[in-house]
Amino acid sequence: MDRTQLLLGVSFALFGIGLVGVLIRRNALVMLMCMELMLNGVVLSLVTFSQQTATLSGAVLVFLIFVVAAAEIGIAIPIVLLLSRQRRTLDVEAYDSLKG
Amino acid sequence: MNLEGLLLLFFAGGAVLGGLLMLVARHPMRVALALICSMLSLAGIYAMLGVHVIAVFQVLIYVGAVMVFMVYVIMLLDVRDPSFVRRYSHVLVPGVIAGLLLVAALGFAAMRPGNVMAAAAQPGVSYLIQPFSAAFLRTYWLHFELTSVLLVAAVVAAIAVIKGGRRHDG
Repeated sequence: MDRTQLLLGVSFALFGIGLVGVLIRRNALVMLMCMELMLNGVVLSLVTFSQQTATLSGAVLVFLIFVVAAAEIGIAIPIVLLLSRQRRTLDVEAYDSLKG
Repeated sequence: MNLEGLLLLFFAGGAVLGGLLMLVARHPMRVALALICSMLSLAGIYAMLGVHVIAVFQVLIYVGAVMVFMVYVIMLLDVRDPSFVRRYSHVLVPGVIAGLLLVAALGFAAMRPGNVMAAAAQPGVSYLIQPFSAAFLRTYWLHFELTSVLLVAAVVAAIAVIKGGRRHDG
């Protein structure tokens, strides 16, 4: 197993763990952090592939992804704060009013 | 196996172990610490690959800014929550099975012999700060400016969300 395959395996494992965390955890903040883990896994595969093709644009793209992730967290955390202010809980099962 | 391979294995194991700890930890603060461990291991992997710029950004932006923000919010919201005691929702077993199936399918696709992914890694281009910043500010300056617009939009949106919620409350 060479280095590329090891890194791709780590990337897939991180993405899968993050997805499972979003599916099974109940706390809204923990779900948000699991989404960050998914994003980190995808970024790892992007870095691996950009190293394979030996281009510099991959590194620039990773920087842009970091900025977008920071903006995403900057929006998502106020939304979570707002939700917890309305229902006094972080449990996502309390927010099932959109369910049909 | 040389030292570089051992260190790469160590960081890879640390990243996956941090992710697994995130699934079982009870308090959100411990989940945040496990995520920080995972992100630091990823920064180590990037440094081992020679992509020092991205490793520094990973530590500065993710661990330094995003996770500090997250930890601060967890401290702010430290209420006795029912989701601390009952960690898992009722889709625990189907969720874990779906995740395992997804990882198995991805791994099978990656490890299949003779596909593009398993091609031998080429000797990497140098990712030092000078060629990176030259490419950044010569070729990709428009994208750089667009990210600043995006950040301003995010700040305005965050303020709007908080203000709108306050009006809804009162």
